[in-house]
Amino acid sequence: MNKKGLKDQDNRFRRIWVKLNRNKTALFGSTLIVIYFLSALLAPVLYPGSPSAPNLIRSLEPPSLEHPLGTDELGRTILGRIIHGSRVSLVIAVGVIMVGLLIGVPLGLISGYYGGKIDFGIQRVTDMLLAFPGFLLALALVAVLGVGLKNTITSIGISMVPIYIRLVRGCVLAIREETYVEAARAVGTRDAAILFRHILPNVMVPITVQTSLGMGTAILFAAGLGFLGIGVQPPTPEWGAMLGSARAYIFNAPHVATFPGIAIFLAVLSFNLLGDGLRDALDPRFKI
Amino acid sequence: MSSQTKPLLSITDLKTCFHTLDGVVNAVDDIQFDVYPGETLGLVGESGCGKSVTALSVLRLLRCPPAEITGKICFENRNLLELNSEEMRNIRGKDISMIFQEPMTSLNPVLTIGEQIAEAARNHKRMTRQEAWRWAVEMLRMVQIPGPNTRARDYPHRLSGGMRQRAVIAMALSCNPKLIMADEPTTALDVTIQAQIMNLMVHLKEEFKTAIVLITHNLGIIAEMASRVIVMYAGKIVEEAPIQELFKDPRHPYTKGLLGSIPVIGRKDKTGRYLQEIPGIVPSPLDMPVGCRFNPRCPKVMDRCKKEEPPMVRQGEHRRVLCWLEA
Repeated sequence: MNKKGLKDQDNRFRRIWVKLNRNKTALFGSTLIVIYFLSALLAPVLYPGSPSAPNLIRSLEPPSLEHPLGTDELGRTILGRIIHGSRVSLVIAVGVIMVGLLIGVPLGLISGYYGGKIDFGIQRVTDMLLAFPGFLLALALVAVLGVGLKNTITSIGISMVPIYIRLVRGCVLAIREETYVEAARAVGTRDAAILFRHILPNVMVPITVQTSLGMGTAILFAAGLGFLGIGVQPPTPEWGAMLGSARAYIFNAPHVATFPGIAIFLAVLSFNLLGDGLRDALDPRFKI
Repeated sequence: MSSQTKPLLSITDLKTCFHTLDGVVNAVDDIQFDVYPGETLGLVGESGCGKSVTALSVLRLLRCPPAEITGKICFENRNLLELNSEEMRNIRGKDISMIFQEPMTSLNPVLTIGEQIAEAARNHKRMTRQEAWRWAVEMLRMVQIPGPNTRARDYPHRLSGGMRQRAVIAMALSCNPKLIMADEPTTALDVTIQAQIMNLMVHLKEEFKTAIVLITHNLGIIAEMASRVIVMYAGKIVEEAPIQELFKDPRHPYTKGLLGSIPVIGRKDKTGRYLQEIPGIVPSPLDMPVGCRFNPRCPKVMDRCKKEEPPMVRQGEHRRVLCWLEA
């Protein structure tokens, strides 16, 4: 990229940034996301020591100065586990999006651009995957693949793939008819270059929005699997699993279930708010 | 342009039809013509007569199906319709290129014009990115864009219509093709810019020795640029003539009507109107009239025209008419 091009890009990003900042709910969402990412990065500094080491003498203590969010049934401090749990959740969210993007986007591009039998084949498989509710599909895949972090990412990722295929295909159907695509073909551009250099940048906006919304869904799904005990396995601190094991103490120590629940709720909310804000900010028809 | 030189492009029995839900549409029906190296061939006719489809058929840019192209399109002794898609890709841009009608939409809004021209060059030439970029700047200079170094880094939306069409021409010329299909290259531009672009094309044609098939409905541009003209009506070639002869002595009633419809300031027709028109509309391609396709609108229609298709009457090397009057 050259200097002036960069300046142009800068202007574009600045416009988007300004628009995002004026949207208070999106700002709230992105602030929370930054906090989550920071706590994930700085977890060993914020909470040194193992979040999984039990201390049975101090089990189920209510919030105090020493343990701001109290302790769980094994006497582990909940704040520390939530902080370390943000690492797990964000790794899952990013991993799931990677799986969804890397499989879904190329398939969507190919399906939309070539049409015909290829499109038909890809779309019928997509139909099959979409026929299941997303969480049920992830659940079924875990049943096949087994539990654990990697399998959680894979199964939730695969359940995201059809969403990206449909989204990208729909956009490509409109863009492939543009004259500039025909013009690129008329000077002998290879199909791969047309797909990734000419068409893909034009569908980046919906992909970006879907990615932000998808991160929220991924965290929710991962927590759901954790809650059911078939996601990330204990003693790894995972919000859903924490919620699951706290279920037994909900009447005598409600804080054990409440705080991981709030962590999940805020994480999903913030990604959804950012997604909505991005949709408005990236839409050039919304003027600031 | 004599019979001694071999044609660069030779089209015979070209038929392009589209399979639609309403039936088969014959957009181009059994046409033949030759293009010689370095010449400018005009292709005129009103909207929907098959001019653009002819150009897109030559480059095989139509999606098949629904389109179906049959016949022979020989370019330097190779039938383009028999090539596989990779061989065809090698022809596009390198041997035959195309300029589209709308400069506003034929450049990708997310890539700088320099990137787009450089990419077109790199499709067929072994070049590093830097070399291709320098080449792109050079091409922009060739098409007389001021400040090509900075302009190459601009996105298309920063350029005016005329500038964009120059950039499109630069892209089409970037691999020095032997033939350019120019599909109404100036229709979307205003009149003064049209003249500039046409002058540029004349200049570049001489510099690069490129043959041009100029598709337009503007007879003024044809008169200025082309050496030979083909008139199309409803998917058929109705007349072919060297440029001077066409304007001096049009033989087909449709060509006469077309020439008559050019407004001349101060000239009125018999009814006292300034603008003459050919009555009626182009027939629907799904419901072509029997016999001559022009018969419902022809002022000299005879009984025979409504029953039998007229023959192609050859009247010299580059002179032919599709009409019963000449038979």
